[in-house]
Amino acid sequence: MKAKVLIPTGALGITYCKKTLNKGLKEKPDIIVVDGGSTDSGPAYLGIGKSKYSRSTTKSEWKTLMIARERLKIPLLIGSAGTCGTDSTVDWFVEITKELAKELNHKIRIVVIKCSQSNKEINKAFLKKNLFPLNNAPKICSDKILKCTNIVGLAGVEQITEALNSKGDIIICGRSTDASLIASLPILKGVEKGVAWHGGKIGECGAFCTTNPKSGVILISFKKKGFYIKPISNDTKATPYTVSAHMVYENSNPSTLIEPGGLLNVKNASYTQQKDGSVYVTGAKWFKDSKYKVKLEGTYVVGYQTISLVLIREKSYVENIEKWAKQIEITAENTIKNTLSLKKKNYEIQFRFIGKNATLGYLENRKVNPSEIGVLAIVTTKKKKDSEEICKILNPLLLHHSIYKDGELPTFAFPFSPPSFEMGKKYEFCLNHVIEIKDPMDIFKLEKFTI
Amino acid sequence: MKLIELVKKIRSKNAGPFLLTIDIFFSNKKRFIKVLKNLTKSKISFLYQIPKKQIDIYPIHNLNIIKITIPRPTIQGSTKDRDLHGASFGIILEELTIL
Repeated sequence: MKAKVLIPTGALGITYCKKTLNKGLKEKPDIIVVDGGSTDSGPAYLGIGKSKYSRSTTKSEWKTLMIARERLKIPLLIGSAGTCGTDSTVDWFVEITKELAKELNHKIRIVVIKCSQSNKEINKAFLKKNLFPLNNAPKICSDKILKCTNIVGLAGVEQITEALNSKGDIIICGRSTDASLIASLPILKGVEKGVAWHGGKIGECGAFCTTNPKSGVILISFKKKGFYIKPISNDTKATPYTVSAHMVYENSNPSTLIEPGGLLNVKNASYTQQKDGSVYVTGAKWFKDSKYKVKLEGTYVVGYQTISLVLIREKSYVENIEKWAKQIEITAENTIKNTLSLKKKNYEIQFRFIGKNATLGYLENRKVNPSEIGVLAIVTTKKKKDSEEICKILNPLLLHHSIYKDGELPTFAFPFSPPSFEMGKKYEFCLNHVIEIKDPMDIFKLEKFTI
Repeated sequence: MKLIELVKKIRSKNAGPFLLTIDIFFSNKKRFIKVLKNLTKSKISFLYQIPKKQIDIYPIHNLNIIKITIPRPTIQGSTKDRDLHGASFGIILEELTIL
């Protein structure tokens, strides 16, 4: 076997079974690899540059992996450290690692890969036409690039290999592609690139490629021309179906995967069940790009939000909820114009009807008669103070607005006091582009130190 | 018949912040083929209100899975987005009539 990679979980922070991890260590892996992040939880983490998971769970789960590494004296690698993988979250993760090293009395050599990008440099690349849009990328301009609160480049096999060659006990990588974390050591040990990248994609979420995704720990053993995927827990199985079906997971194309430096094609891959419960996979091919490209992710602030939630239980209002909300919107718009002198382009009011169509909006195709509706009012403004002001203008209307000419004013239910919540800055993703670079390390930084 | 009566599972996921990918799983080849013949780009275009040319349909014959990839109705987490993880969008297909 060229390389054995142990993957304890799909993401650090969602817990894994320590007992199963210990069982996995008996398989004598050459490296422990764990993913720490994703864009899947939304733009705010990258926008702010903070982790989605709590510091305490991160520390507790990382501690077990650090103890495992010390026992086996093999490298421990985390990618996309701190969810979004900015320099700020990598620093946060290094700080946790330092604390643990002190507590556990470990002497460790740490190698860090920093992935944050300078807005100015990315803008220069844009102006030189060195940025290329990926599928369904939004339009970008210098103004948007320069406004980004954070931009990261996604590290791949080349950058992680640099770190592995630097002989780190622990490698803490900023934003990186999931598959590259697993693929790097096998490629360094001479495994065919197509095989290594395919193993990387299949193992990216741990036991998601088995019958029981919750079971966590898996081991991938790489030979030059194929890999064995083996779940460590007794309560799950890997089958050719579960393994090959993972290629479909969160991937826009079921047979190809665009990665830094090339493209993986698994069209001719074969999957065979083995007697020991593992599945043997072979046949994927890697197509190297003639030019080296790295994917970028970026977020910027589109405005400020304040939200409010009111519950409507009265039958005639539930039945006429859209009319009620429209009348409130028109009344509020007039007040905003007259008192705040704010033009419509500087603010937006949305109402979402929870219980009716809040999840799918205009795409909802099921008609229901709810007994109550939660009305979520979302105010987004260019300036911070305006979002709070507008929500306060909406408040008496959300509380008492009547759709009838006569009669006593209705009073609706606010479940909270204060009834509105300041959400602060509203971030949006604005980059789905690749940047062409000459040397893979051109836009990444390696830092090495011993603690 | 409604699509929901013919499938094992419909799974909708983000494929990054800008694309949505919907996987329809079938328990047997017969149902997979039946739906594959019926599930046209026109029907998907109508349900998701997007142009046909933006829709990709990938039949995966050896797994009895149909994958549909479309632009996200709104960019993930943007002001108008309603579902960060995009997991609810597959539900729209459930009521689709399959002849």
